[in-house]
Amino acid sequence: MRHNAYQTQKIAFVLLFIATVLVVLPVIFIVFIIVQKGWHAITWEFLTAIPKNGMREGGIFPAIVGTVYLVVGTLIFALPLGVLSAIYLTEYSKDNLLTRLIKLAIINLAGVPSVVYGLFGLGIFVIFLKFGSSILAGSLTLAIMVLPIIITTTKEALDSVPQSFREVSLSLGASKWQTIQYSVLPHALPGILTGVILAISRAAGETAPILFTVAAFYLPHLPQSIFDQAMALPYHLYVISTQVPNVSVEIRYGTALVLLVMVLSANFVAIVIRSKFRKMKKW
Amino acid sequence: MVERIKIKTADLNVWFNVIPSLKNIDIEIHEREILGIIGPANSGKSTFLRCLNRFNDLYQSFKMQGKIFIDEMDIYANIDVWGLRKKVGMVFALPVVLPLSIFENIAYGPRRHGIKNKNRLADIVENTLKAAYLWDEVKDRLDSSAMKLSGGQQQRLCLARTLAVEPDIILYDEPCSGLDPISTAKIEEAMVRFKEKYTQVLVTNNTKQAARVSDRTAFFLMGELIELDRTEKIFTNPIDQRTDDYISGRFG
Repeated sequence: MRHNAYQTQKIAFVLLFIATVLVVLPVIFIVFIIVQKGWHAITWEFLTAIPKNGMREGGIFPAIVGTVYLVVGTLIFALPLGVLSAIYLTEYSKDNLLTRLIKLAIINLAGVPSVVYGLFGLGIFVIFLKFGSSILAGSLTLAIMVLPIIITTTKEALDSVPQSFREVSLSLGASKWQTIQYSVLPHALPGILTGVILAISRAAGETAPILFTVAAFYLPHLPQSIFDQAMALPYHLYVISTQVPNVSVEIRYGTALVLLVMVLSANFVAIVIRSKFRKMKKW
Repeated sequence: MVERIKIKTADLNVWFNVIPSLKNIDIEIHEREILGIIGPANSGKSTFLRCLNRFNDLYQSFKMQGKIFIDEMDIYANIDVWGLRKKVGMVFALPVVLPLSIFENIAYGPRRHGIKNKNRLADIVENTLKAAYLWDEVKDRLDSSAMKLSGGQQQRLCLARTLAVEPDIILYDEPCSGLDPISTAKIEEAMVRFKEKYTQVLVTNNTKQAARVSDRTAFFLMGELIELDRTEKIFTNPIDQRTDDYISGRFG
């Protein structure tokens, strides 16, 4: 009997281990292939020049700049809105049907396919509000897409601050807002920051929402204002991979590598902050 | 001797959702006395305590009838709740130190009430820590994290923090439930000395503690005030049979 149990346990462990390895393998594979095929393309010129010869030569500078603009624009709209509404939902709102519906809606918003956000942005910002295909319209669309991420992570960060901190602060005669300001937010900040960085990497990497709202096929110059179109890395990658014939493999994978490095490094910063926070946290 | 009445409740009833938690409580608490409140779990003693600084307001399901007066002011009328909580301090069952330095833990309250001057804050920190019998143990490390203190030290820090906003009344919600006997003795010593300045209400599961420090003792059972009298009387010659049963350990 004992022997059998030992054997079964061993088989179970092996299966679990294999499953785990199978999960990690594709990630390693993707990164490996992109690095291997793309790193030759990475030169100073590639990073700082505009595309030439129908995007078959030159660099991807406008796409990098466009992506940075879009991320910054997204945060300008989504960060205050998301953090403030999360504070309201966690600290102020009463637990009733309405707030429960709002919370449910936010969770569901996170599950909406990104192309739907793109269509929504096209309808509302580009056409109805007449922003045209522009950085403004694209940023707003991406902002709506990342709002649920920011709200959910901020809510989790606020919820993880012990209730007793609030009670102590209130018992000393502090106002509710003082309590939030001095006894809750400082301890939730790293968690909120993590959400922000996740939002950044999501906004930087999505193609569908910017497809109809901001992305330009090719621009010979950088955008001049928020009402201009812009190139962006994910869309540029799509274009040179499927729409333009005879783009060298190196340029395509080089572009993918730049995008990957930008997104992964954002995620890496998030992980570092989170682990530092865990070490700091002693309650 | 006629005592000045500091806190008075009139026909106080409390429900959470529809479940009654306190029934027709009429209590007068004298200025500068220690009123001990004893009773088994769910007897409503903590609920009563939390009525006095309007802490039950934090619960959506809280409903109250009757009146509570502090210094003859109806505290459930339209009053400044933050001012009330500054005046009526509270020490919780488990020591809750904020993840800040020892200094900043104590300065937290005064800062919220607008005191910015460093020297004044330093004075407050020193005086309150001395009053809570913690100064000698921490005076050389005021800037280190309060999380590093032992449980008993943390609770004395909480006591000092409560004193720092200059309350009139201090409410204790089972303040020594997690502490060793020596820490408990230090807190009790502080309480007895505070009698010259503060009105204190002590909710405790430890009947012996009520016997040691309180001037008068109230016995709560199932949301009702069964008996309230001088502590010696309650512990030697209670009127109600249930009080006698509880303090002699026959139930609860």
